[in-house]
Formats: sequence, structure tokens, C-alpha cells
Amino acid sequence: MTAVDDTMEMVEGQRSGEDAPTLVVENLKTHFFTRVGAVKAVDDVSFTVRAGEILGLAGESGSGKSITGFSILGLIDPPGRVVSGAIRFKGEDLVTASPERLRGLRGNRIAMIFQDPMMTLNPVLRVDTQMIEAIQAHRKMDRKAARQRAYDALEMVGIPSPGERLNAYPHQLSGGMRQRVAIAIAFLNEPDLIIADEPTTALDVTIQAQILHEAQALCKRTGTAMIWITHDLAVVAGLADRIAVMYAGRIVETGETDDVIDKPLHPYSVGLLGSVPSANKRGERLNQIPGMTPSLIGLPPGCAFKARCPRASELCNTTPDVSELIPGRKIRCHHPHLEEAAQ
Amino acid sequence: MSEFMIRRFFQSAIVILAMSAIVFFGVNVVGDPVDMLINPEADQADIEATIRALGLDRPIGEQYLFFLKGIWVGDFGKSFIFGQPALQLILQRMPATMELAFAALFLSIVIGIPLGLFAGLRPESRASKGIMAGSIMGFSLPTFWVGLMMIIIFAVELGWLPSTGRGDTATFLGITSSLFTLDGLSHICLPAFNLALLKISLVIRLTRAGTREAVHQDYIKFARAKGLSDRRIIGVHLLKNILIPVVTVIGLEFGSLIAFSVVTETIFAWPGMGKLLIESILVLDRPVIVAYLMIIVALFVFINLAVDIVYSLLDPRVRLRDQGA
Amino acid sequence: MSSEATPNIAGTDGDPQIAAELAETGLIVETPFKRFVSEFLESRVAMGALLTLAAIVIAAILAPLITPQNPYDLGQVDIMDGRLPPGSEAFAEYTMWLGSDGAGRDLYSAILYGLRISLAVGVTSGIIAIAIGMSVGLLAAYVGGRVEAFIMRIVDLQLSFPAALVALMLVALLGKGIDKIILALVVAQWAYYARTVRGSALVERSKEYVEAAASLGLSHARIMFRHILPNCLAPLIVVGTIQTAHAIALEATLSFLGVGLPQTEPSLGVLIANGFEYMLSGKYWISVFPGIALLITIVSINLVGDQLRDVLNPRLKR
Repeated sequence: MTAVDDTMEMVEGQRSGEDAPTLVVENLKTHFFTRVGAVKAVDDVSFTVRAGEILGLAGESGSGKSITGFSILGLIDPPGRVVSGAIRFKGEDLVTASPERLRGLRGNRIAMIFQDPMMTLNPVLRVDTQMIEAIQAHRKMDRKAARQRAYDALEMVGIPSPGERLNAYPHQLSGGMRQRVAIAIAFLNEPDLIIADEPTTALDVTIQAQILHEAQALCKRTGTAMIWITHDLAVVAGLADRIAVMYAGRIVETGETDDVIDKPLHPYSVGLLGSVPSANKRGERLNQIPGMTPSLIGLPPGCAFKARCPRASELCNTTPDVSELIPGRKIRCHHPHLEEAAQ
Repeated sequence: MSEFMIRRFFQSAIVILAMSAIVFFGVNVVGDPVDMLINPEADQADIEATIRALGLDRPIGEQYLFFLKGIWVGDFGKSFIFGQPALQLILQRMPATMELAFAALFLSIVIGIPLGLFAGLRPESRASKGIMAGSIMGFSLPTFWVGLMMIIIFAVELGWLPSTGRGDTATFLGITSSLFTLDGLSHICLPAFNLALLKISLVIRLTRAGTREAVHQDYIKFARAKGLSDRRIIGVHLLKNILIPVVTVIGLEFGSLIAFSVVTETIFAWPGMGKLLIESILVLDRPVIVAYLMIIVALFVFINLAVDIVYSLLDPRVRLRDQGA
Repeated sequence: MSSEATPNIAGTDGDPQIAAELAETGLIVETPFKRFVSEFLESRVAMGALLTLAAIVIAAILAPLITPQNPYDLGQVDIMDGRLPPGSEAFAEYTMWLGSDGAGRDLYSAILYGLRISLAVGVTSGIIAIAIGMSVGLLAAYVGGRVEAFIMRIVDLQLSFPAALVALMLVALLGKGIDKIILALVVAQWAYYARTVRGSALVERSKEYVEAAASLGLSHARIMFRHILPNCLAPLIVVGTIQTAHAIALEATLSFLGVGLPQTEPSLGVLIANGFEYMLSGKYWISVFPGIALLITIVSINLVGDQLRDVLNPRLKR
């Protein structure tokens, strides 16, 4: 893996100069030990996120992208556990950090936004309670000041008449409004990193677009790094600076958003993009990736995608290493689409 | 809110009226009212006089109205055995029953909720499995049987606690209760625990089920992601959500505690209205039986009403739905 | 205990997040009945309870054949044998392994005969209550409208009172006797069945096959009983099992209090009540052994019912 480490440093050096990256995930493995066998939900995942950068983590459901997010926060519950690897947040390893230290970071330096806004806010607590407690968990601030801060945060995410909303219960707000509240909560303590787990999937398309825009603007303004988890490449295409594509617990391809979208290297990324309806392919048949996502239990050795891959060969029975065939683009494949990329 | 209350009051009144009809026809149609309402030891002249006094020679509808009028003024007739008005007799015994039921309610909450919470948070641990096995036993074992065993173990064999009667009572803030004396407390231990057993099991199960469901809810995970302390997550986020169904059930179960105290009071010779009921059934003291039934029905209806109102205060969703309605 | 037979992934604890991630684990699913049996037998406790229950029922049925004495045939009972401790020799030269009661009856025999009565009362009342509750519940779900509202209002009203209280009120009004106890137990229980059946019938009624059956011109009765009812059986079986345990416990309680079965129909509750007076003088066995028989019966029915519920309840499946 030395090749990876070298290139990583190189890429960082090019982009952000002396700044250390906000988050470095190295060879992370999170497995669930169930009665029917170990489920390798996250299997040897590495990536980096810098301050102010948005990383899109894309993949089908079951690819381990959400589990990656929860691993970073230290929110993996038994029977799951981080088996090996390192999660370095501003140089500090979170895998070996104490639970108390992790709690101190959660919601403070690292915040998370969940998928379903209808479910994330506690139905029996008022919005202000849920916002104030998030502040007071991490800093000594009296209720009044904390409430003012919550008010400002709601205003920042574009909620009209925040004072009224603060006194409301979650069920009195619409889905989009609730997700804005959740985003406001994430930004409350001015975190260095926000992990957003498909925060717009449950929302209407118009509201989706608004929220995407707002989240992006907030990140750039505050310099917060963000990991945007999604199954929809179209969503991250306009949002993320870089994309990492996950398949069956592994990252199969990373690169600048435009590069990955325009010239995907991994056959899986190619297939995934082929199944996204887009303007330039109007009237054409949507491509589907044949087959189903494989079971994560008892996955045969080698590339997990080989069974569905049009390019699979004997070679694919050995697990491909991560390689950087084109500068800035890492890929885990024996038969990448280099021809197309070269055009 | 007020419309909701009025509707509930109205429903409650109908229920009591319906139950009065059932009790009345149970006594007057299914059974022989002369048998049911007149002291079997009375002589012929007495019987004639009472039949006229009770209006038993009138048509049945008129009799029912007469019965209702009696209820309205609290007149259920006189006990054959004690010669006192039946209502008065029951009201005298009521504090002892209430005290027992409250003690049992208290025990079921302070024992049931923590145990259920623990079993829900650590479902795989040995202690949790023990708690759940215990609660299955608590559900399965008939109260009277557990009571007998408690007497044998704690009163006869170990001699730790008394097994009969209420003990000394004292008056505090105008309430006379055995909860205020040491002797009284030692007397209430066994019966209260016996009565609480079923409810402890119930509260454990409800709390555990609620906890198990809630810990996987996104809002709990979100609370964790906010970096809140475990104490706040469990004490506020989790507990406040699971308390709503638990409190509702506990409240509804208060009536059943009073009903089940019939068994406990009989075993532990607790001088409450439940023991009075069984004694009255055994000696066919019908006015007391009728009075007891009507009082327990009224109590139940009142409790259901109170729980509904408390529930609507606790759960903002219900409250709003009713405002909207 | 083949692990592939379980569709739920152990330990995920229903966490939707993980469950979603693990959704496509491609586990093999067997036929429903096979799976039901293998899932039921997966719990050793439930299997033990089922065997115990079977043994109890057989012992109760065969009571006259496997007991040394008919405890209610006065010619076979000798008052001189009264209150003998367990293991004593009876006058008629057999060993009273569980001792004898105040009237000189062999307790082992009395318990098996008592078990017969307890089970008979519990099961009879259960069957009648199921028949009534099922019909009413089906009717409510099928007819809907005002009929349903009216029926369910009554059901809800009754269910707001505990079954024990309803039964107690009835015996208070009706008096003692086996018929009255059964009536009281039926009245106390039918509403549970009505609610259960109506609930699942409502779900079934909205399914397409019912519409299909109706469009074929089948009669209402046929649709209700042949098409909807079989699909409501799973919850009914679960509720029925647990309710029967309740009914047996309730009858024992009422009989113990002296307001249930008379001395001429000595169920386990009556036996326990008879022994109560001797308990404090150390002659524990007269109450304790019938009590243990009652406990084993109730606990094993409950355990079987619990397992049935876990296996049959689709909500618990992931």
C-alpha cells in the first residue's frame, strides 16, 4: 500500500499546501459478526477529506457507505466493530480514542446529518430543547445565549421566523423544514467535518435542490469539510469536489468529480453512470448493471464486482490493489476503462 | 381540548349508566330480586314490607329508575350482615385498598422501569435474560399462589414480616394510613409486593420493548451523533419517548390493581373493600356486592378518563390532534 | 438448528440502518410450514414446554387409568388416611407419593382429577369464547360501518376492564357453579378474540384476493369463513394459547377465593384452597403440590404461546 500513501501525500501537497487534511481514513475495516458469518460492511477503505472540501461517497444501498460514516463517528454498535485501520481526524486517531473523547468530538468537531428528517428529531422534545442541548453538551453556555445561537443557526439555514420554529415540536414542521433544522444542528458548534448521510433522499426534488445549494454554500463559507453520502451520482455531480465510488464495502474509484463523471475508469462506475438518466442521453435506453449486489457474507476472494462485470477475467479472482494510473485518480480494478479516459 | 374533555365525560357517563343497567338486570332478571335484595333471615311480614319499600311490586322499568335514583343519592340499601348502609361500609374500607394499590403502583414503577430499561439496553447480558425470565414468571404465576408462597417463606419460615392485617396507622396531612408507621410499613410489604408482581412484570416488558425499539430509532442515533452524554440520551431522549405508553398503561392498570386487590386482601387479611366483597359474596350480602360493583365501575371509568387527559398532556401529538378536531 | 433457516440476521437487532446494508445477504428460505416448525423448535425452552404440556394433557385425560384411587368415589377414600405426609402408605396399601389431603384423598390422584377439571373449564370456555369472538370480529371487519363501530365500541369498553374483574363481577352476580364459571370466563375473554380477529381480518379484507373472490360471486359467508378467516388464524392461535393459560389461572383464582367452582367440582384452585388452612401448621403439601401442578401447566402454556407469537408474528421478522 505504499504506493497509495505516496500518491496521497502528493495529491495533498498539490492542493492545499501546508494544511493537514481534516480527515484521513486508512485501510478501515468495519465488520459485523452475525450468527451467519462476518459481514464485511466496510473492507479496506481509505480516503482523505480536506477543509472546505466536499467528498461525495457514492454507492448502492448495502455498499457500506453509511457504515463508513458511522465508523468515523464511533457509532458502530455490536455485533459490529471497527476491526482494523485508522481514522485520523486532524491527526488524532479516532479508532483508538476513548469513548469519552469521541463523545466530545461528536456533534462538536464532527457532526452528522441523517437520511430521514422525519425520524431524526425526537418527536417529544421541542426544537429549541434539541438545539440547546447540542450546544450545552460541548460548551458552557447559559440557556439564553445557547438559544440565541440556535436562533442564528436556524436563520442561517434559511428558516423563516426562527423564533416560532424554536418553540415548535418536530411534527409541526414539514420534512424540508425538519432537515434544515437537522442541518442547523450540525452547524451549531461550527464543526470541522460534517457527514451527511443522504440528507436529501427523502425530500421533494425542489427542496432537495435548495438544500444541496445551501449545504454547499455553508461549507464553502465556514471552511467545513463534508462527506456527502449518496446512492445518486446525479446529486453529487453538482455538489462534490471529489467522488469516491463504493462497492461491496470497498472504494473502487476516487477522483475529481468532473473526471469521474465524464470518464469513469472502473466498470462499476461506468455502469452506475449508465443507469443515471441525463440530458445528453435522452431517448437512449438506460443501461442497467446486470445482476444484484452480492451478499457481504462469504464473499468469494477477488474483485467483488466480477460476477456482474462485462470485463471480468481470470485475473479478477485476485483482489486488485489500489492503483493510480492517472494522476489524482485511484482505482481498484484489473481492467479499467483507460481507453475511454485517454480520449 | 375542552371539546375533547366534554366528549370523554359524556362517554364516561354513558358507560356508568350502561353498567348500572347490567348490574341491575343481573340482580333483578337473572337472579330473583327477592332473594338478592332481601335478607334471607327476615320473616314474611318483613319481606312484604321490604318488597314494597324497594318497589319490587312495580314494573321493571320503574324499578330501574328507582335503582338509579338510589345510586344518585348513594343509597344501595343496608348490609344484611352489618346493618350499615352498604356504601358507607365500602367507603370505610376504601382507604386501606387505596393505600395498598398505591404502594403496589409505586413498587411496580420503581422496580419495573429501571429493570426494563436495563434489559432493553443490554438485551444480550445474563442479567437481562434473568430479568426477562423473572418477568415471564411474574406473568404466569397466579397472584394467590405467589401470595401463599410469600406467607410461607417470609412470615412462617423466616418470620421477617407479618402476613395478616394492616398494622398500626397514623394520620398525616389528614390522611390516615399505615404507610406512616413502621409497623404499618412492615405489614404492607408482603401484600403490596404481591399485588405489584404482575404490574412489575408488565412494566418491565413495556419498558424493555419500548427501549429496544427506541434505541434503534434515528432520533437516538442522532442524539448520540450530537455528542450528548449517555445520561441525557437515556434519561431524556429515550425515557421521555417510552414513558408515554408506559405511563398510560400504568395508569390504566391502577384500576386493575384495585380489582386484583380482592385476591391479595383475602390472602393477607388486609381490611380493604376487596376482602369485604369476597366476604359479602360468601354470605350473600347483596347490597354490598351491588354497591361494590357500581363503585368499581365508576372508579374504572374515572381512571380511564384521567389517563386519557394525562396522556393528551404528555404527548404533544395527541394534544394537537385534539386541538385540530 | 440450521442457521440458514432463519431469515432474520442475528444480532442486527432490527437496526434499520444495518438491516438495510445487510438486506441482500441472500439467505435461503424454506417452505413456510417447515420454517415454522424449525423456528419453533429452535428454542429449547419452548420445545421442553411443549413436551411438558403434552404430558400434562395426556396425564389429565388418562387420569382414571394411572391413579391408584378415584378421589371422589367415597368408597375408595378412607378418612383415616387424612393429612398423611408424602410417601406414606395408604390404608388400601399403595404409596401416597404426594401425601393426602384433609379428607384422606391421595393427592396425586386428586391433582390429576383436578387437572382434568381445570383444563376442561379453561379449554371449554376458550373454545366458546373463540367461536363468539371470532364471529363477531369477522362480522365487524366484513360489514364495517355502523355495525363495526357499535361492536368495537362494546369490545373497547369491555377491554377497558380487566378480565379478572369482569369474571369476578359475573360470579358475584351469578353465584357458584361450573356452568356459571364457564359463562364468566367466556364473557371475560370473547372481546380479546373479537379484537384480534377484526384486526387481522381488516388487513385481509383489503387484499386483492378478497375482491377477486367477491367478483366471482361467492357468498359473503363463504368469503368470510373460507377466505378471510384462514388468514387470521395465526394471531388467533397465539392469543388463544395465552388466553387459555389466563383462563385456567383465573378459574383457579376464583375457586381459591371460594367464589368459583364448588367442592363437588374440585379443580386445582379448589384443592389449593382446601390446603390453605393446613399450610400454617406445616402441612404444606396439601396446597403446594396442586399449586405446583397449576404452575407447571400455566407456565408451559405461556412458554408455548410466547414462542408461537415470536415465530408467527410477522412484525418481529426482519
